Order: sequence, then structure tokens, then C-alpha cells
Amino acid sequence: MSFPPTSITQLHQQLRSGRLSAVEVTRHFLQRIEQTNPQVNAFITVCAEQALQAAAAADRQLATGEAPPLCGIPLAVKDIFNTEGLATSCGSRILHNYISPYDATAFARLKQQGAVLLGKLNMDEFAMGSSNENSASGPVHNPWDLQRVPGGSSGGSAAALAASQALATLGTDTGGSIRQPAAFCGVVGVKPTYGRVSRYGVIAYASSLDQVGPLANTVADAALLLGAIAGYDAADSTSVDCPVPDYLADLNAGVKGLKIGLPQEYFIEGLAPAVKQAVAAAIEVYRSLGAEIVEVSLPRTAYAIACYYLIATAEASSNLARYDGVRFGLREQQDGGLLQMYEQSRAAGFGAEVKRRIMLGTYALSSGYYDAYYLKAQKVRTLIREDFNRAFEQVDLLLTPVAPTTAFALGEKTDDPLHMYLSDIFTVPVNLAGTCALSLPCGRDGQLPVGLQLIGKPFAEAQLLQAAQAFESATDWHLQRAPLA
Amino acid sequence: MKIQRIEVEQVARLARLALQDDELEALTEQMDQLLAYVEKLNELDTEGIIPTAHAVPMENAFRADEIKASIGTEKALSNAPQREESCFVVPKVIE
Repeated sequence: MSFPPTSITQLHQQLRSGRLSAVEVTRHFLQRIEQTNPQVNAFITVCAEQALQAAAAADRQLATGEAPPLCGIPLAVKDIFNTEGLATSCGSRILHNYISPYDATAFARLKQQGAVLLGKLNMDEFAMGSSNENSASGPVHNPWDLQRVPGGSSGGSAAALAASQALATLGTDTGGSIRQPAAFCGVVGVKPTYGRVSRYGVIAYASSLDQVGPLANTVADAALLLGAIAGYDAADSTSVDCPVPDYLADLNAGVKGLKIGLPQEYFIEGLAPAVKQAVAAAIEVYRSLGAEIVEVSLPRTAYAIACYYLIATAEASSNLARYDGVRFGLREQQDGGLLQMYEQSRAAGFGAEVKRRIMLGTYALSSGYYDAYYLKAQKVRTLIREDFNRAFEQVDLLLTPVAPTTAFALGEKTDDPLHMYLSDIFTVPVNLAGTCALSLPCGRDGQLPVGLQLIGKPFAEAQLLQAAQAFESATDWHLQRAPLA
Repeated sequence: MKIQRIEVEQVARLARLALQDDELEALTEQMDQLLAYVEKLNELDTEGIIPTAHAVPMENAFRADEIKASIGTEKALSNAPQREESCFVVPKVIE
């Protein structure tokens, strides 16, 4: 077994048995970050001192023999999560000096178990992007090929795992921001059902779509993390009060008799040949494991991107109104009066993509255009949800590619916003429907990983994870590591 | 053209963004392209369809009207660009 183990469950056993200490494991990861971060740029902030203190506390807890499964596990979170006493920039210049005064609930739940926070991960500014090229802290490089993007917006969360800089990470997914980078970096990423995980303390992008989720090296690790962060939180009125099952309990239940649907609209021309091939092979794996494969239709798929970019930008324009230089963040030119301070602070603090989305959203919500754009998009959203409801009357799960291509080159799509947006075509519909999905490695395109997407019924994360586990157990894609790892 | 430069300037004022000339120029072109793309939605008949605001149906979330601990003044002011006593200081708005 390599040092340290690449799965939480393995490391937990070694920590419990005393063969490894949390402090030595934490030192190892901090050293990895120091060595590889200049190339990968996955971390915006590294909190070495706090991490070592947390690790020492974890070792004391482990010594009592009563340690929860995440005690002493070194992990990192996207820089969108508030973490008390640490900088939280959300990838933006406008929050360059912001220190979180409190913890986000999802992170607090990990901390409560004694998990060790190594630092904060790079991301597209305010989670707006599909390549992690929109960060005020610079782009992230994909550990499988440093000339390529890691995906986005949780690019740092996926790249840090692929580069063995952390054992698990948290991200957020508004239109694919966990699944697409997980696919591009060859790791497991889960977007839970809307309301499954508290958004309290997570900087808002599009509130009706944003959801917190884990990224990990294995399905079991992702299941463990999801169980730790999921559940009702009084501080988030949209978190849903329904019981959290033990996602590990029946993880090996298999897929015999499970009905898996292939939405025909997801197997289109323009799908990269290697992606098509890898997904076709994955379908055969499921068939051989006893799943029944049927074709289904999600007829409104082609409208998802247009629908998403109106709803998400409208919500963003409202959410980002709070960055005005009054209570926190960048303040510019206050001598010219209040209005000028607002306008100059926002102009200097936001990057081009964030400005573009605020502008589009402001326009879509403005008087005279509201019905034609925002309301229209909300109605189309209803139709897209109905597509999923109908499909789930026929099947238990849907199986699709995560993205039409594998990781593209840095700079390849930065000049063409629409082209960039279209790379989210297979992930965005899930957020509009509000249901759960995950990405797991299923093949290679030359050097680069290919991701498989499984989409489950609302709150059926347990079944989703079981199906992913069945595939992982039958294949070894998850064991292949990036050259930089 | 779906949108003119003069409308983009008006939207920028609404969004409280002081944009440079080249930014306005680029945004006019990009917003025009994006608005043309989202026209696609008009291919769908949505007559009588109820709009979805949230994916998970939810009622108003009420809670008991009880006093609970809050973040406190010092923490709330800890990131203030400028403060005085327990207040955020902003440029003067009333003559």
C-alpha cells in the first residue's frame, strides 16, 4: 500500500490502529502541496499551521479509540465556503481581503468530526465558469496534462485530488461545477439533490440551482463524505428535512435488475469519439452486471442551456448586488459619493465573466423584459423537470456522458462565451430538475480521463452511489493516477 | 440586433457597474449573441405552464419567534472597509 493511502476508509483504519498519525499524514500532504502547487495552482490558501494543530487534536481524539471516520483526514474545500478566521475570496478580487467570520455548515460538519482542513481551493470567480480560467488567483492546470483545463468551476477541488494534494474535497455545483471537473480530472464527484446539503455559509451564485457536494478518489469515500455533510440545517430554509440514510450500508448492493435509461438526446453528434467509446463500454459493464438498459427520451434537453443562462444570471445579478464596498470586500473611490463608490468598487472587483453574467441577468430581470426572458425560462424549467419525471417513471437511473469532450486546452474557449457555456450541456439539465447525479471515471482519451454521469431520482443518492460502486468494483479506472500524482 | 449599445449602458447603470468603453463594446456584441441564442426558448409553447422557482417544492419556512445567539457586532464589522464605533462608514449621502 502506498503512503499515505488514497482512500479515506483505508487511512482511517491506519490512523485508528496507530500505524500512522494524523500529524505525519498532514505533513505529507502539506509537503505535496508545496511541491506541486506551483504547477497546478489548485490551492488559493494553504493553512499549514491550523492544519497541524487540527491534526494534533485529531491524534489525541484517535488515541481515545473513539474517533469518527473523518477524524484526522486531510481535506480541502473550495474557496466559496466560509471558514472561520481564514480568507475566503471566491476566486474574486472583490473579496481579496475578506476573512470569514463564521463556518459554512457543510464544512462545520466535517470539522466537527475532526477532519483536517489543509486550505482553500481555486475556482472560477463566484463559481461562474467551466474551465477555472476565470479566477483572480489564476487558472488551475490539469494534473493529467498541465496545458489543459481542470474543468470548472470547482477546478481546484478536482485538480487537488488528482494531484494527491488532499484526500477529499468539497465543491459546489450550479450547472455541472462538481461533475465536469471531476470528469476532466478522473475523480468521483457528487451533486446531491437540491436541498440535501445545507448552503448556509456558501457564497451564493444562483440560489435555486446551487448545491454542495463531495469530490473523492473512490465512490465509498464520496458516500462517506456525503453522509457527513447532508441533512437539515435550520440556518438554510431550503435544506430539506428528510432523514439521511447510511450511504455506506448497502453500497455493495449491486445493480442486478436495476433499470438504467439512456437519454437519446445525450448521445449526439459532436460527442468526442473517445467519450462515446468509453461510455458505450460502461453501458456494457452495467449490462454484464445484470442491469437492464433501455432507451429513454428527455425531449427538452436542447433548451437547457438557454434556460439555465437566463435563470442563473438573473439570480446571480441579485445575489451579487451585495458586493458594493459597504460592509466587506473591495472599496474604491469613496470620495466621489456613494453611487460612484458602488460602481467603481464593482467595476474594479469583478472579472469579465462575472460582469457579463450580472449584465445578462440584470437585463433579463429588467422592466419590459422579465416576462419574455426570466419568466419564460422558469416555465421551460418546468418542462425540463417534467422530462425527468417522465423518464424516472420508466427507469431507476439515467446514464450519460458528463461532457461532450475531455479536458480542453487552456485558452481554447476563453474568447467565445457561448461555446464555453455549451460544454455544460449534459450537466445543466440536472440542476434545473433539482435531482442528484454523479461523475465517475470510466475511460481514457489518450492521456485524459473520461467521466461517466449517473443521474438518480430526487433524494435517491443511496441508489446512485450503489450503481457507481458496482461500476467501480468491476473496473480499475479509479486506480489510475495522474502523472503528477 | 437584439440589443443596442445605449441599452447596454443603461443595464450597466442598473447593475451599478462603471464599465469602460471597450467593455461596453464587447458586451454589446456578446449580449446580442447570447440573447439571440436564448430566443430558442420561444420554440416551446409554454401557455398555461406554471413557472418553477425552486426544484424542490417548498412552503414558507417558519420558525419560532425566539431570541437566539447571533454573530455579534464585532464579527459583523470585522471586514468593514471603514467603521466607526459600531457602524459601517459610507460616503455622505445627505447634504
